[in-house]
Amino acid sequence: MSIKIYLDYAATTPVDKKVMQAMLPYFSDRFGNASSLHSFGQEASQAVEKSRKQAADFFGCDSEEIIFTSGATESNNLAIKGVVKAYRSAQQTLGVSGRQVSQKPHIVTTSFEHHCVLDACKSLEKENLAEVTYINPKKDGVIKAADIKKAIKKNTILISVMCVNNEIGTVQPIKEIGKIVKEYNSQFKIQNSSPKADQPMAEKFKILLHTDATQAINYFDCNVDKLGVDLLSMSAHKIYGPKGVGALYVRKGTNIARVQDGGGQEFGKRAGTLNVPGIVGLGAAVAEIKNQKSKIKIVVSLRDYLIKKILKEIPDVKLNGSKVKRSPNNANFSFKNVEGESLLLMLDAEGIAASTGSACSSGSLRPSHVLLSLGMKPEKTHGSLRVTIGKYTTRKEIDISISKLKKIIKQLREISGNVLIDYYKKND
Amino acid sequence: MYSKKVIEHFTRPHNQGAIENPDGVGIVGNPVCGDLMKIYLSIKKDAKRGEYIKDIKFETLGCASAIATSSMITDLAKGKTLAEAKKISRDNVADALEGLPPIKIHCSNLAADGLREAIEDYEKKK
Repeated sequence: MSIKIYLDYAATTPVDKKVMQAMLPYFSDRFGNASSLHSFGQEASQAVEKSRKQAADFFGCDSEEIIFTSGATESNNLAIKGVVKAYRSAQQTLGVSGRQVSQKPHIVTTSFEHHCVLDACKSLEKENLAEVTYINPKKDGVIKAADIKKAIKKNTILISVMCVNNEIGTVQPIKEIGKIVKEYNSQFKIQNSSPKADQPMAEKFKILLHTDATQAINYFDCNVDKLGVDLLSMSAHKIYGPKGVGALYVRKGTNIARVQDGGGQEFGKRAGTLNVPGIVGLGAAVAEIKNQKSKIKIVVSLRDYLIKKILKEIPDVKLNGSKVKRSPNNANFSFKNVEGESLLLMLDAEGIAASTGSACSSGSLRPSHVLLSLGMKPEKTHGSLRVTIGKYTTRKEIDISISKLKKIIKQLREISGNVLIDYYKKND
Repeated sequence: MYSKKVIEHFTRPHNQGAIENPDGVGIVGNPVCGDLMKIYLSIKKDAKRGEYIKDIKFETLGCASAIATSSMITDLAKGKTLAEAKKISRDNVADALEGLPPIKIHCSNLAADGLREAIEDYEKKK
């Protein structure tokens, strides 16, 4: 008998059967290109527009504010680079018309964003197109809204903070940041579309707030007005939808340029033939979330059960990230005297799938930037284990996993013996 | 990603543990990078072959390949004379494990260094 237990729902989720059923006709039977004018195309286009409406209803916005992309990575790249690009080209236009070209635009983000946000920012810095401030979270993995406020400068054009951290599951104060941005912007009575010639740049372009909501969609209210965001990224495969499709919400009137050139799809903001079955899947997955509301409580109680049991039954372990401001599906632990990749593979050998922030498992051999951002020393980051549950997780699966985990931790600690203590003795 | 042999040695490592009153020990690695390895040696003398490794054990805090290379180097070194053992290279370890992913080659380095350091420790103390 071999068991298979999936505890890595933050990495990806299985496609819900209902979602898959909705998608299937759009591969072979209704295969039209949504940009074609004929009946095949129109059939596809109608399906796309239905999904757009489903997404818009979920986010509390208009259909025209939803841009379909290939996933959250693309959405985040489009949001960040697209805003900077639009700003720079407006700068140039103004420059040509004989007025002073203002400073380099400034972005405020956090040091524990997903790599696609951080790398998009770093590439803008490298190309000298923007300057970026990276705010560290507090020890509990939560950003202080006041720290974001303090980082705002005259040339700030964009703030990007994730809703829920993907590794430690901590919930960020987006609403609070939204209020700060709104308040800041209101001091200039901005006409975003027709800036006044004599205003400094920062006054002509209000600060935009972007959030990467990838890990929040399943469990949190993502109404864009309540959050106070201008841009929001999401991905379908984290919400029981298919891989390779996502969306970016772009508030009406937001200055954003497309970063991928080609056809005029997606209101000219994202070129490329639409992934019709994927988009249909995204719409169905988003629509399904409201039917799952009652399950959130179950997920929370399973997570609390898991955290309590592990902290009680396994010695020398701690929970990373706030216990309270935490996504219902996430638990992240650090085990002393255990290395995460070993732990992951031992669990895998027992049929249990989880994740780690260990450097050895990263491909880059660099420790988790998320754990480092909490102020953890590099040597403390290796023994981390991320357990993320979902709507199909059962208590029995958690019980089996914990009993295997206990055995594996004991085994790995036997293998490591006193080597850590001996190392420090030797190098004292 | 890992060969069958690596997984075998990782999940059921050979010669794991400590030797009481060892004749030589080597501690290599670095907690910042995440891999730490300690090699314990027990040395005997044979009239014909001279000094040889009678027993060898390891303690390792590290990833799967660090544990597998530790296990493998103890297998390779056990029973060898000190001169023979010193010649065990990282390639010998990696080859015996049917290869390591490129990013993990440094682990085989660590094992070879650990063994060498343990032998040197013995020779210094003599």
